[in-house]
Amino acid sequence: MEEIFAVFIQEAREQLSEMEQGLMRLQQGEGLDDPELINGIFRAAHTIKGSSGVVEVHVIEQFTHSAENVLDQVRNGTLQLDSGLIDDLLAAADHIGALLDAIEQGEGGEEEGLASRGQAIVERLKVRLNAGATAVVAVPEPEAAVLETGTDASVASDTWHISLRFGRDVMRHGQEPLAFLRYLLSLGEIAHVTTLFDDMPSAEEMDAESCYLGFEINFRSQADKAAIERVFEFVRDECELRILPPNSRLTDYLKLIDELPEESQLIGEILVKSGALTQEELDTGLRQQRSSQALAGEVEGAATQPIGSILVEQQVIQPEVVEAAAIKQKQVSEKKAAEARLIRVQADKLDQLIDLVGELVIAGAGANLIAQKSGQTSLVEATSVVTRLVESIRDSALQLRMVQIGDTFNRFHRVVRDVSRELGKEMELAISGGETELDKSVVEKIGDPLMHLVRNAIDHGIEPADIRLEAGKPSQGRVELNAYHDSGSIVIEVADDGGGLPKEKILNKAIERGIVQAGDTLSDEEVVNLIFQPGFSTVEQVSNLSGRGVGMDVVRKNIEALRGRVDVQSEPGRGSRFTIRLPLTLAIIDGFLVSAGEDAYVIPLDMVVECLELNADSADRDYLNLRGEVLPFIRLRNLFEIEGAIPKRESVVVVRSAHQKAGIVVDQLLGEFQTVIKPLGSLFRNLRGISGSTILGSGDVALILDVPALTALAGRLESETFTTSAANH
Amino acid sequence: MRKTRAKPSRGEDVRRLVLESDLTIYHATEQKRTLLENMEQAKVLELDLAQVGEIDSAGLQVLLLIKRESLAMGKELRILAHSPAVQEVLDFLNVASYFGDPLVISARKHP
Repeated sequence: MEEIFAVFIQEAREQLSEMEQGLMRLQQGEGLDDPELINGIFRAAHTIKGSSGVVEVHVIEQFTHSAENVLDQVRNGTLQLDSGLIDDLLAAADHIGALLDAIEQGEGGEEEGLASRGQAIVERLKVRLNAGATAVVAVPEPEAAVLETGTDASVASDTWHISLRFGRDVMRHGQEPLAFLRYLLSLGEIAHVTTLFDDMPSAEEMDAESCYLGFEINFRSQADKAAIERVFEFVRDECELRILPPNSRLTDYLKLIDELPEESQLIGEILVKSGALTQEELDTGLRQQRSSQALAGEVEGAATQPIGSILVEQQVIQPEVVEAAAIKQKQVSEKKAAEARLIRVQADKLDQLIDLVGELVIAGAGANLIAQKSGQTSLVEATSVVTRLVESIRDSALQLRMVQIGDTFNRFHRVVRDVSRELGKEMELAISGGETELDKSVVEKIGDPLMHLVRNAIDHGIEPADIRLEAGKPSQGRVELNAYHDSGSIVIEVADDGGGLPKEKILNKAIERGIVQAGDTLSDEEVVNLIFQPGFSTVEQVSNLSGRGVGMDVVRKNIEALRGRVDVQSEPGRGSRFTIRLPLTLAIIDGFLVSAGEDAYVIPLDMVVECLELNADSADRDYLNLRGEVLPFIRLRNLFEIEGAIPKRESVVVVRSAHQKAGIVVDQLLGEFQTVIKPLGSLFRNLRGISGSTILGSGDVALILDVPALTALAGRLESETFTTSAANH
Repeated sequence: MRKTRAKPSRGEDVRRLVLESDLTIYHATEQKRTLLENMEQAKVLELDLAQVGEIDSAGLQVLLLIKRESLAMGKELRILAHSPAVQEVLDFLNVASYFGDPLVISARKHP
């Protein structure tokens, strides 16, 4: 039973994230005309409902049911999808997530706060449903409903015609119908407006807080239809809006007359009176409509029938409908096939496989060594084929764990939208490098630190719109998420175009907290990186991000736990850029084997730039001239205090980490070597310069050098020498 | 809201109301009730809207309702004075003619 529960929760989460992603795509205006997208969202909700029913989690079943109802109507086209509705659906998805959390923690999901929030969402969805139900009558929406019988002549009027009917609850929801009309004036000129209140019931029934207003507007403007629609964006789901462009076809006007809730006669008169149609145009139109209905073999009384239904009876739109249905069916079956190609595997099994591959790599290296020693050509050939295959297996095995970071990134669209709305800032999120792959376990753990950095960027980084405009920047703030591979690691960047970090303030705070001394001279880069120091948290940060309880030091700790590092660069007035650098994988690397004294060491191959011979003239220095560039280096013998005679010729391995290069002086270069990383025991946790160990084919242990730490050390030693020697002079 | 009965000597049953609060959704329900009651008790209802600082859609609806009811009951609604806000909304939405008060036009000419 327990197991079923776990499976249910996992599956529900997957469906939920599918649902959310679909909604986010809709929110961004993608796929609005793709029926498969809304179908997918519906199916996800449906599956959640179904499976929660099976495991008898009725809270979720009931809640999801109401969301599903709304989605069903959207799917059938009876409910128009708009941003308000998407918001509600997203809220519903969030709530399902919260319920899942509660249930996973062994609660019933019926706690007071949770239940009341759920109830509120259900209420909102119900309102939508009702709105949809009334809209059904008005919008039969036969796209192909233009009867080509001469009524497609354009009308003479050169203004837009806007028909607006506000929903009953508009004012109750804090919207002011008049304000939208006034806002319309920002786009053009209202040539004529007719205010309608025919919907208003008798005095007793009339509720002064309900809205009964409708407007027929002739509007003169250069704006396009989308711009006019945007004016009504906030009430889009609470009003019926019909817009006819200038010089529309007469048919369109006839359709409008048909669709509006008022008597056709009345609307016709209004249109004529307001100058949208001439009396002649109206008469012609109505006459032709009637005659075409007569043609269709309609009996008396047909005059009241809307054009749409005639078409259906005439079977004019039949072929398209059939075709659309066929396409839809095909899409569904394709989708099913795609789902079948995925297999769910337990993460442990994968880990086990990778462990085994690791052992195979070591054993293979051993066999290779023996073959080479034996000097039998055929044996060497055979083992080299085996080695190649093992390499391929290793790569594919590792590939199994690799996932694209794009999914993690895309989640931030939601975060950015929510947080910016919360803070009243206009924001844009730019994502690049979403296809960059990294280990699944890393992806899972990077979410929280990223979240914190993104929230921070919006909260502290991006200035309020007025300040931005003053600084000559666009009022819309911009946050960038970027990922790319760079010498064996993956780099994730979170950048904003805000005001940059306040260096003065950070320095003062750091001095106050005793993190640095007042007299210390620090570079700008060092100053901004102080924010990662433990104990560094300005009061501002605590209050603004209250409830999250994470400081920058925690971000750094999380990232370091993944063997990564985080830096920040900041330019006043231009923004800040947080750079997270993580190792690609935690298990196997291509290594470069070197030796110093008796021992072998492995340098991750991705970080090796080149190898050179160490000239005798560098013997007493810690740097060399690399094609005109100063290259600090470290002698492994010195670093690890290796005894014994120094060979005649020493080699330098030039390595690069981040943007820093350094040399490592070794006795011998032994070549490439596939390395299975074995973590060091906790005893060696504080060892500097060593990141792990591996087993050679001969059975010997080789230490893996921690290149980032070594380059940093080399750089530091060099600058220390420089300052001491400068002080001595 | 303060109401003052006009002098009965004019021989008509006239009631005059001076609206002092804004014609907004916050008062709409209460105003609707008061206006209807007064309308029922008199033949002619005179409204002084000169002190209405703000009017929104809800307020407008109340005015439209009262006007419609007065027409339906064969009574008369006279708007004696418009504040600039009321004037502006009636003009903007092209409903001034519905109220048909000559006062509307004169008020526009001499604000």
